[in-house]
Amino acid sequence: MLTQLSTNQDPFENRNRGTRKCRRKKMGLVGKGFAIVAADTSAVHSIMLHKNNEDKIMLLDSHKLVAASGEPGDLISFEFGGLIRVEYVQKNVSLYKFRNGIPLTTAAAANFTRGELATALRKNPYSVNILMAGYDNESGASLYYIDYIATLHKVDKGAFGYGSYFSLSTMDWHYRSDMSVEEAIELVDKCILEIRSRLVVAPPNFVIKIVDKDGARDYAWLQDVTTAAV
Amino acid sequence: MSIFEYNGSAVVAMVGKNCFAIASDRRLGVQLQTIATDFKRISKIHDRLFIGLSGLATDVQTLYQRLVFRHKLYQLREERDMKPETFASLVSAILYEKRFGPYLCQPVIAGLGEDDKPFICTMDSIGAKELAKDFVVSGTASESLYGACEAMYKPDMEAEELFETISQALLSSVDRDCLSGWGGHVYVVTPNEIKERILKGRMD
Repeated sequence: MLTQLSTNQDPFENRNRGTRKCRRKKMGLVGKGFAIVAADTSAVHSIMLHKNNEDKIMLLDSHKLVAASGEPGDLISFEFGGLIRVEYVQKNVSLYKFRNGIPLTTAAAANFTRGELATALRKNPYSVNILMAGYDNESGASLYYIDYIATLHKVDKGAFGYGSYFSLSTMDWHYRSDMSVEEAIELVDKCILEIRSRLVVAPPNFVIKIVDKDGARDYAWLQDVTTAAV
Repeated sequence: MSIFEYNGSAVVAMVGKNCFAIASDRRLGVQLQTIATDFKRISKIHDRLFIGLSGLATDVQTLYQRLVFRHKLYQLREERDMKPETFASLVSAILYEKRFGPYLCQPVIAGLGEDDKPFICTMDSIGAKELAKDFVVSGTASESLYGACEAMYKPDMEAEELFETISQALLSSVDRDCLSGWGGHVYVVTPNEIKERILKGRMD
């Protein structure tokens, strides 16, 4: 499997890795009073699959989900870099809650994350793409798209990775802003089906998590392949 | 592809009779992929001053936050709003501070100065100001915008006619640029009111 080298000259491409796209697929969408995030569960380094049931969607607090992915590269610490950043954000969100007695809103948590990424961008950039979903009592469910160069945008549907080429188009066609949970899950299934059918490096397994007024929790683990027992 | 063309953008400002208009496209892209069609590039600093930022979206957001911070401090100290000329100098200074590691955006500043005289200016990513009496443009569609504005612009237009002109100039220019478009966002500012309108153009 050959990875293509990109020819762009932007100053943030200081590694000899391939394109900024990665094989870690994540997507999310907002429905009526809830937000869903789905991610693949393969932990891959170069050509080897370390584990295929890795949970890449972390709980930021009771009503927030963060799906974060690092880029494939030469260094293994990369991926750890991504997860460590999410833990850092997690702890800061908790700290705010302890200090002030009320939890951060999703918008505030997203802006804090963006701020951290933006500050690090010109010093020690780490390439983590983030989809942050959350539920606030005042404003309902929301989804935030945060790029690896700290571009923040509130979206109804978002996706990262090679799979985004397929899932964004599928979601553009079928998405309605007042979807029920069942309809949203059907749409996520359609996206996953599309990814599995058309992406040559399609990951076999996915995890879907949901956040609504009752909190953030696992919804489903879709398994196509189980690892051999060793 | 240059880093200025990573997200895609188009911003234009025009002067009218005691009024000004500032418009931008709405696309947020990541090179060839469109992420969102409702990205805000123009922000209000105060009721008579707007800034539109084209270029890399992350720097657009960072720079905007820094400028709002500086303007709020100014308001606390001076107990008044900043004049557009002063604000332009502030933006220029902030950009030049980062001369050897710049913010990758080009601002377009539009405001109503003393006696309701409209003021527009643009600058490059390191703060070289360019004042103009008629219109200023920036973004990936800037070349098309120059042509369209030059052809359509007339001096001393009233607010409604100015809106029509800037909208047509914006839409026809972004139609020739694949990285910008997906509608338009136009603010027409007179001494009495701010009119914000969303344009629906070719949604591609």
